[in-house]
Amino acid sequence: MTVPAIELKGISKAFGPVQANKDISISVAPGTIHGIIGENGAGKSTLMSILYGFYKADKGEIWINGQKTDIPDSQAAIASGIGMVFQHFKLVENFTVLENIVLGAEDGGLLAPSLAKARKELKALEEEYELFVDPDKRIDEIGVGMQQRVEILKALYRKAEILILDEPTGVLTPAEADQLFRILDRLRSEGKTIIVITHKLREIMENTDTVSVMRRGEMTATVKTADTNPQELAELMVGRKVLLQVDKVPAQPGKPVLEIENLSVTDSAGVERVKGIDLSVRAGEIVGIAGVAGNGQSELLEVLGGMRPGQGSIKLNGERLAMHGPGSDGQARRAQGVAHVPEDRQREGLIMDFYAWENVAFGYHRDPAYKRGLFMDNAALRADTEAKIEKFDVRPPNGWLTAKSFSGGNQQKIVVAREIERNPDLLLVGQPTRGVDIGAIEFIHKQIVALRDQGKAILLVSVELEEIFSLSDRIAVMFDGHIMGERLPAETDEKELGLLMAGVAGEAA
Amino acid sequence: MDFFLTLVQVLDSTIRLATPLLLACLAGLYSERAGIFDIGLEGKMLMAAFFSAAVAAVTGSVWLGLLAGIAASLVLSALHGFASITFRGNQLISGVAINFLASGMTVLIAQSWFKQGGRTPSLFGEGRFESAEFPYAIGPEDAELTGRPVSELMSETNALHLAYSELLSGHSILVYVAFLMVPLTWWILFRTRFGLRLRAVGENPAAVDTAGVSVVGLRYAAVAICGVLCGIAGAYLATALQAGFVKEMTAGRGFIALAALIFAKWRPWHAMWACLLFGLLQAVALRFQNIDLGGVVIPVQVMDALPYILTVVILAGFVGKAIPPRAGGEPYVKER
Repeated sequence: MTVPAIELKGISKAFGPVQANKDISISVAPGTIHGIIGENGAGKSTLMSILYGFYKADKGEIWINGQKTDIPDSQAAIASGIGMVFQHFKLVENFTVLENIVLGAEDGGLLAPSLAKARKELKALEEEYELFVDPDKRIDEIGVGMQQRVEILKALYRKAEILILDEPTGVLTPAEADQLFRILDRLRSEGKTIIVITHKLREIMENTDTVSVMRRGEMTATVKTADTNPQELAELMVGRKVLLQVDKVPAQPGKPVLEIENLSVTDSAGVERVKGIDLSVRAGEIVGIAGVAGNGQSELLEVLGGMRPGQGSIKLNGERLAMHGPGSDGQARRAQGVAHVPEDRQREGLIMDFYAWENVAFGYHRDPAYKRGLFMDNAALRADTEAKIEKFDVRPPNGWLTAKSFSGGNQQKIVVAREIERNPDLLLVGQPTRGVDIGAIEFIHKQIVALRDQGKAILLVSVELEEIFSLSDRIAVMFDGHIMGERLPAETDEKELGLLMAGVAGEAA
Repeated sequence: MDFFLTLVQVLDSTIRLATPLLLACLAGLYSERAGIFDIGLEGKMLMAAFFSAAVAAVTGSVWLGLLAGIAASLVLSALHGFASITFRGNQLISGVAINFLASGMTVLIAQSWFKQGGRTPSLFGEGRFESAEFPYAIGPEDAELTGRPVSELMSETNALHLAYSELLSGHSILVYVAFLMVPLTWWILFRTRFGLRLRAVGENPAAVDTAGVSVVGLRYAAVAICGVLCGIAGAYLATALQAGFVKEMTAGRGFIALAALIFAKWRPWHAMWACLLFGLLQAVALRFQNIDLGGVVIPVQVMDALPYILTVVILAGFVGKAIPPRAGGEPYVKER
């Protein structure tokens, strides 16, 4: 049997009272792609950060290529041939590609010789692995897919034999993701060992040789990918049976609730983000907007939610809504019957240092039910919060905790509870399950479908195609501020949507 | 010729007045490029001014004075480093504290040591930085030989010789040091490994950390360089520009240097031009005290305030979009 490229033995790590990793042992064979899957907070990233010397384990041993190795810092990890591509790239944005690659791996006090050498080696690496980048472009001039290549090249330039990628496809289009896995495949065939951390079952099934599942800081299983299936993996991740497909009856769409005509949005920098779109959402229908982040979906939601002005016409139940000035702010929208679960819950949905019960009031704090004379009726508000916590299974069920002390999934439940329980005519939902674990995803999806079944209109924006497919009754794809087309989920597939998301026009919708 | 003489004299005084600004501005540039905001430039200069003057007065050696000034400034830099790098405190508050500390301590110690109302004794001879005389330049030596004042000799010579004698020659060595620091700083920042890492740590410390380079080490190095340059700036004020320390003698120069740094968008050559501009404003204010504009006399106070007023105007209106180093002002904490 070959010596494992990496062997971790009994790794434990605690952050204060939280046990992030509990006695984890894992062995990765050289020249394979090894997937690590688990919910958010399962301890995947912590484990890999220990391997990369970012944190020090409380207990346990690291063996690299059959040798016991100490990795006190990143320098030591790099010296042991480990490279890491973080979820949030560690690049200096106003440096060139070349400068980023050289940073920390220079050959001497002067830059010019280092840069010249790197340029030559980069050329060789590019040809060997078909990883093409322009070394003289600045990082903020290239797209995320390209930036990720720079990160991979950075690792290869440092002679990495073991490459760790943390949630590598989170920011990529389906086509870019496919390309990434082709690159990884190529690296594997050159004998590199690759560890991919992800929460996407499909990626694990399609691209890995072996998969390890983590749950609550523990390694629950390591299996050959060929011997397992998504259902089994999901159960191992969550610890119970999970419905991967949302259980829903066909939609019974009624009259149009939201009618958008020729809507344009210009951002504060003067760039037109939404370029004259038409869209309608009917009662009892979920319309999903697919697209790569940054193609105008956020701005669309913000105009509808009253967070920024726009031009054109929006009608709700046949009545025109103000697009700027009085009657166009978030408070007014809520009064008009539009509830909004914003894309970035930590910045727009919650105030992280406020208590859960205070957060439950936001946007509805002028509700007479919360009022007592000149003051807020905090007791009523807290009672209301208790009820919402119970109904939405927020854990821990304590309104006196600040928003930041809940996990991502429970934070999102607080926001969803606040908005859905108002019984709005139109619900705007942005990235409802970003950074949310599978168990909570299932719950939130159910709530959204339940609202639809009550005959409400729902506009969903998500960058996760799986989510778009499982929730939407109708799918619209946005690219560069335009709607590229509308499709019915049953009549399309990820490939077609992927093309539309990349701006390749299909037949007119 | 009269006009030209005046112009040259104003420019000469511009160079002298721009020097402490330039040193402080470059000091801030190193610190802020590494992501550590430093509004304590003023305090460091003041402390250095006092200790350089005090040591020069006691020992009679301006060089010992310079070293003492640098050491005093470094101590404050270390304090700023502890507070904002090691203990991840707020960099603005630490800077403000340093300014208050210097403002009070200097006067207190001066009074306790010299009993002259918070000032040091006047410096003379070896206790001050002498002007360097270039060959063929008109200077005090020529005046002694001919028995006529320098100004008379100056007004008689040709324009080129005059400019050479006034502008290039006749400054203290620290002036030349300051202006040589400009190309040196540019070269360090953009042509060396240290410079690349320094700029990177101010933009994205996580990138530096994951590349296996110490964020803390780099930031301390930057803060130390800042301390040395502020020390030279302070020593120049007390031992070259003037002869001795007086209370609050920095007079906001540390803040004007910060303004120049923003105006220059954290670039060395631009910093030099910005400092020369502010120096020119100060020189004009010094030279033309009461200006009579056809019956309306502009009082001296207005002229004195002019550099500060223009600082505000320039910062508010002419800078355009100045993007500071992206990680500036934020302590680096490894994310989970």
